[in-house]
Parts: sequence; structure tokens; C-alpha cells
Amino acid sequence: MELLDKLTILADAAKYDAACTSSGVRRGAHDGMIGCTSSALAGCCHSFSADGRCVTLLKVLLSNDCSYDCKYCVNRRGNDVPRATFEPRELAELTIGFYRRNYIEGLFLSSAVLGSPDRTTERMVEALRVLREEYRFNGYVHAKAIPGTSSELVTRLGLLADRLSVNIELPSEGSLRALAPNKTKQAILAPMRQIRDEVVESKTELVKYKSAPRFAPAGQATQLIVGATAESDRHILNLTESLYKQYRLKRVFYSAYVPVVENTLLPALGTKPPLLREHRLYQADWLLRFYGFCAAELLSEDEPNFDPRLDPKCCWALRHPEYFPVEVNRADYEALLRVPGVGVVSARRILVARRTGPLRADDLKKLGVVMKRAQYFLTCSGRLATPLRLSRAGVLASLLAVERAALPMEAGEQLSLFAPAR
Amino acid sequence: MRDIIYQYDGTFNGLLCCIFERYTQKERPTAIVCAEDAEWSLFETRLVVTDPAHASRVARSLRRISPEVLPLLQRAFLTCLPDKELAICRFVARLYREGAPYLSRLSDDAYQPLLRAVRNLATEAEHLRGFVRFSVYDGALGAVIEPKNRVLPLLRAHFCERCRGESFFLYDRTHREALLYSGGVSRIVPLDGFEPAPPDAEEAAYRRLWRRFYDTIAIRERENPRKRMSDMPKRYWAQMTEFQTEDAAALPPDAP
Repeated sequence: MELLDKLTILADAAKYDAACTSSGVRRGAHDGMIGCTSSALAGCCHSFSADGRCVTLLKVLLSNDCSYDCKYCVNRRGNDVPRATFEPRELAELTIGFYRRNYIEGLFLSSAVLGSPDRTTERMVEALRVLREEYRFNGYVHAKAIPGTSSELVTRLGLLADRLSVNIELPSEGSLRALAPNKTKQAILAPMRQIRDEVVESKTELVKYKSAPRFAPAGQATQLIVGATAESDRHILNLTESLYKQYRLKRVFYSAYVPVVENTLLPALGTKPPLLREHRLYQADWLLRFYGFCAAELLSEDEPNFDPRLDPKCCWALRHPEYFPVEVNRADYEALLRVPGVGVVSARRILVARRTGPLRADDLKKLGVVMKRAQYFLTCSGRLATPLRLSRAGVLASLLAVERAALPMEAGEQLSLFAPAR
Repeated sequence: MRDIIYQYDGTFNGLLCCIFERYTQKERPTAIVCAEDAEWSLFETRLVVTDPAHASRVARSLRRISPEVLPLLQRAFLTCLPDKELAICRFVARLYREGAPYLSRLSDDAYQPLLRAVRNLATEAEHLRGFVRFSVYDGALGAVIEPKNRVLPLLRAHFCERCRGESFFLYDRTHREALLYSGGVSRIVPLDGFEPAPPDAEEAAYRRLWRRFYDTIAIRERENPRKRMSDMPKRYWAQMTEFQTEDAAALPPDAP
């Protein structure tokens, strides 16, 4: 089979994985090696595909010849699709060729299960070893740990990769049992625990010995599928929070389920992926990681799902009028962060700018505060940014109007001058 | 007050000398222009000669206020802010008057435009770190960019580290200069024109592979042209392999 066809099959099979980042690690350049990961801790986007997702890594499967039969997956055994497998050298040359031309920052290697998890991981380890040792590749590598792999192999994988991830995919045990009969919760959580512990261990070793081997220095991540099964946003967000806290994950990715297969347990083919819901979950995820919110504040048993019309922070603010208005010239950083329309950057700028004198409403705009949202929740030296005191319903209506412009067509009714008369 | 226009040699030190001139002559220039693109004008025009001694006196005075000032101005000087010379001059005047505390007045009218321009420069450099597309010509790497700001000084360290052990050149078609790197040494030199050579078989094959990968990785059901365009503005597309068709890539870009 030609390389072009192989790449097509194996990239197509890998595209439903959301993760594509090169963040969280610094690899300095070395003589005699190819590449480095120097683009700071934030990672580097090399392109954006037609669906608007960032392309940072050469995201492929080592093979799509799967022995499992997970119902939601395109690569499941029962599906009639062309199968292909990369040779380690072929993959290494492709990675280096792309890397030198600045197409990518590194490799994202996943794989379907070839016979057994151990056999699959052995082949991934071999492919990465060839890339790292024979081709001297020093760029970023993200590898998938297959649930059920023995711990020695996970260790070997982690020593070659910068980041490891184990995909949870289905956010509850019940869904897992129904849709992925070959996987169990234990098989998924065991490697996650192992990776967590080895990352910590490797960091402590590195403090003592500079040349200690580095185990997955960029930590681990996972992915949850949204919309394939019935879990609520609250369930997903609570799971996310515990993953960040207990498993010290760097990132949790959400992937709106795109129906690829007809099955009575799954949404019908042709169902649109719940992109807006995925977007709201990402917004909430940011609130957890950078804004000091916890999952219990954002959703409750009475309101287990996000309002698709409004972002989670605005929703929270409207439910907590007692917290507002926040006085820009005195409030601390944490309080500023909770104001809709104020982000990490603009909150920091406010702290700097107010040192020399009181800030007024037009200063805030120049500092990058989104006044369309923030105006209802702020005072500047005691004065409200908007002269009118609005009711809660009035604020809600104005915020919805702001938000509607940014939403895709499916959400909410679009107002149009040329709407057909009813 | 007389209206006067300063002409300088277009270098950063030249601009510092204009600031020096402004204070020694106790006047306020209505414009500061690069001698090369000076136009005939009704106003009195003076050529400010670049004197390294004057430039370093101004630099020293700025460093005394804060070590952050000079790096900020050097960056502002690389931006495409209209009348950046005058904007820098106005900022420096305010800074001299108010001292270091002025540096935290992020929303001031003489400061904020400068900050925004510098942020814009940093964003463009950040974009290009990813969007530059090298081609391999006889073992050396080459790429063309068309940035709004003069980003080469900001890209220099990044690409020199990334391409350690290789030779590469990066041609900035907008500002007609090139970043050259070979044998561990890099230089930025003026270069009037450059046309990339047609790709050889291996290069063409890699381009084809990349285009195929790029087209395959997109999920059709999630198409979102607006997001793609805001994250990767269209002005970069002309120089990116994934948007070139096979035939167009083989031809020089200006061919009919």
C-alpha cells in the first residue's frame, strides 16, 4: 500500500481524538538531534483544520486493525473499513519530514488494539524507540496508553513520550458496560493511577539527579465523549474535577459525539454533534482550572445541565446577585476573576493599572475587559458602569442578546428582517 | 511654535537621536519620517544625524527609569503602528514627565496604543512560529512570509533553536529582509527579491502528504469556517502548503 493511502486511512481513524497540544514541557535543542519543544509552555498551533480545531501534531494511529468491538467507534472489529498499519521506519521518516518543514510540533500516536493491549503497546514502544533513538527525534510525542496494558510497558512508553493519555471516553461505568464490552473501569483507571505515580516519582528523581530519566514530563490527559450516552453535564463536570484533583491530569478533553455507526444504543446517524454543549463544558473546564470555581458551584442537582444560551460564568453570576457588584478599584484578584467579561489577563491588568489612580469605565475597555458582559456586575469608584440599574430579568435578556450573535444557527431563534411572515 | 519635520535614517538609534534633538532644541516635531520615504513638504524639514553618543545618552536615561522601557520601545519600533516614531516620542515625553509610575497606567492614551501594537506584533510572531512552511531546497530549508510587522527579530531565536544543525532562510517579502542561518550563525539582511525554486520530487511528495493529512483530519460534521478564520486569518494562507494546489505550488507565486 502506498504511504499516501496509509496516511489517509490512519489519520482519518485518529481524527476523533480531540487532544492536539504540545504544551507543558520544554525540550532544549541538542547537537545531533532533530528539533526541540521551545515554543514556551503554551504549545504551538501549526494549522487549523476546516472544523476549526488546532493541528499541532501528526495525529495518526499506528494501526486501525482492531480486535475490540466498541459500539461507538469507527475502527471496531465489526465495521467494514480499509485497514492499514505503519512500519516504524516509515512513520519516523514521515514525522521527521513534516517536522523539518514546520508542519507539526511532533507526533501523536494512538492505536487500535492489535490482538491484545500488550502486543499493541509493544509495537508503539518500538515505533517510538526508532523515532527517538535511531532518527534522533527531539520534538514532542503524545502517546496513548491502551487500557489493560501491563505496567512495565506503560513505563517504557512513558519514558519515550512527553505526554501520555488514557481515554475514558464513556463517562460512566454503565455506559462502558453497554457500549464497550471489552473495557472496564478498572482497566482504564489502573494505568491512569500508574502514570500519576510515576510522573511524581520521576519529578522527585529529577530534583536529585539531573540525568534521571524523564517519565511523561508533560503529564497525562484524557478524553470524554459527550452526547453518546445520557450522562448530565453535572456528572461530567464532577468527574472532570475529580480527575484534576485525584489523578492530577493536565487536561480533560471533551469530544462531541459524531454518529459514525447505526446502533440502537446510540444517537441515530445524521444526529448533529452537540457542539454547543461541548463548548459550554470547555468553558466550565476553564473556570475550574484558571478561575477558582468548583464544580458544585456551577451546577446543582436541580440544574444538572448548562443553559446552552449563556456561558457558565454568566449563569453563575446571575444566580448569585449577592456577590455583585464588584468594585474594580478595590476588589482582589479572585473577586475580579468571577466577574463575567473579566479574564485572567484583564484581571491582572486591572491590578497593575489601578496602582496609579482610580479606574473609570472607559479605562476598563482599554484594558481588555468585555464591557458588554461586565457592565452589569462592576462599579468604578462606587459608580455603576451602566447608569441604569436593571432587574435580573433585564440583565439576563441583555446578556442573551450579546451571546446570541456568537452562537451557531441551531441555538435560539435568529431574528431576521426577512423572516417569512407567520 | 514652528512646525518641523524630522528625518532620520530609519534605525532605532536614529529614533533615539530624534528624541535627543527634540529636547536639546526644545521643540515638538509634527512628524518623524524615515529619510528614504520622505516626501516633499511645506513644513521645515531637518535631517537628524544619527550620533551613537546621543543615542546612548537617551538609552541610559530610559534605563534609569526602568529596565523594561528600552525592550518595549525596541519592540514598538518593529510594529506596523502608523506614525510609530511619533507615538514612541509622545510616550517617552510622558514617561520623562511622570517617571516610572507612568508604566502602570496601562490605559493612558499615549501608552495603550503602543501596548496594543506590541501585543499585535507578538501575536503575529506567535502565529508565524506555527504557520511558516519550509521547503527543502538541496538540503537547505527556505520559506517566505508576508507579515504586517517586522517579526524576523522575534522569530530568530525560535527557529535557530528549532533548526539547530540545519541551514535555513526565511524571507520577509513585506519588509524585504531575510533571516539567514547556517553553521550556528544567524543574520538578518536586506534582500530585494526572492522567488522560490520549484520543488523536487521528494519535496512535492511531502507537500502532497501534508495536504492529504490536513484535509483528512477535519471532521466534516463539525465544519466551522468562522473559527478557522479567526484562529488562522486568511492573510497567512497564501504562503501555506495546505492551501496550495499541486500545480500552483510548482509555479512561482507571481506567475499568471
